[in-house]
Amino acid sequence: MTLLLSHYNYWVVVTLMMIGFFIVIAQGNLVKKLVGLNIFQTSVFILYISSGKVTGGSAPILQDGITSYSNPLPHVLILTAIVVGIATTALGLALVIRIKKAYGTIEESEIQQRDHTC
Amino acid sequence: MDAVDVAFTEAAVGSGISPLLMLLTVALVGRKEKHNPGRSIPALILVTITGALLVIGTLSMPEFGFADAPANTHVSPRYIEQSADEIGIPNIVTSVLASYRGFDTFGEVAVVFTAGIGVLTLLTLKPSGSQSPVISGAHQHKILRIVSKILIPPILLFALYVQFHGEYGPGGGFQAGVIFAAGIILYTIFFGVDLARQVVSSALLKILAAFGVLLYGSVGLVSMLHGGDFLDYSVLAENPVTGQHIGIIIIELGVGITVAAVMTMIFYCFASQVNNSAETKE
Repeated sequence: MTLLLSHYNYWVVVTLMMIGFFIVIAQGNLVKKLVGLNIFQTSVFILYISSGKVTGGSAPILQDGITSYSNPLPHVLILTAIVVGIATTALGLALVIRIKKAYGTIEESEIQQRDHTC
Repeated sequence: MDAVDVAFTEAAVGSGISPLLMLLTVALVGRKEKHNPGRSIPALILVTITGALLVIGTLSMPEFGFADAPANTHVSPRYIEQSADEIGIPNIVTSVLASYRGFDTFGEVAVVFTAGIGVLTLLTLKPSGSQSPVISGAHQHKILRIVSKILIPPILLFALYVQFHGEYGPGGGFQAGVIFAAGIILYTIFFGVDLARQVVSSALLKILAAFGVLLYGSVGLVSMLHGGDFLDYSVLAENPVTGQHIGIIIIELGVGITVAAVMTMIFYCFASQVNNSAETKE
């Protein structure tokens, strides 16, 4: 029981990560694959942020009378990663739109079929 | 988890930008998908095994909120204890982002800029002027249009507040850029991409996106010319702490400009694609 209380953050991360992983490998639709990758990415964000949590710590903004702060480093890494993540997701979606224009489909199996026949 | 800056960014990105991009893509590529059976079960087995292994791996991880965990004992105590004297601003996240790890952030801004160029290359932005229809049916919804008209100015104002208050409270260039872009995107949804491009032209956005990165990089060069290292702001003024202040304000401005311009540009690209495909169907 104590293990559940002290490690539940990792299990939330693993669950989310596996949901994302499952979508990426099981779905043939490219948009769905990108959604899966996004969920996967979010789980990594949570992993980082939760590792920076300090029990009893405050948000990392210096103030008189507060001695314990959460670790600011993961926050920095993740807030930039979120913005970079949306930019790269947009790039992926743009690729999907171009694939749709070139192949007329965004199903992985149909794209591979057309590649082999050509 | 006390991550106020991250919460800010995620709220703005998650509500303002990413779902819209997803929806626009789905509108472009069609919402029907082919069912492919036979892949779920092997995938499920693989995922279960991987998940189980990862859970076993987490058992030896430090507990949640443990103050002496390796992640919290390496460089962070220095940031927390020294940043008040070295950088002199209350928000530690901003001082780490802009000063201690300024080089890292420069890389991130360059990645955002590159992704913007990539989208622009893949989805060409036609010169505006063709009177194409509004991208959605939102044109007819009077209530939504009026409410959005009321909301857009406070959103833009709030973005500027977040930008310039980032040293004292949660905020900074990344958050402000995303919030500002969300405001312009809201305008684009309701009044169409052509009207939005008359307000904020795409040529201006291209210049601004490059200008932000340049501003960031040139701060680094100026500090080199003053005899310091690349992005070492302490040499920018007589007093090192004042120098840090100047450096952080300028590079946060560069980050904010680039992020806002790239996000808006990406949205324009997607929205004008939807317009084009609507025209070809007619």
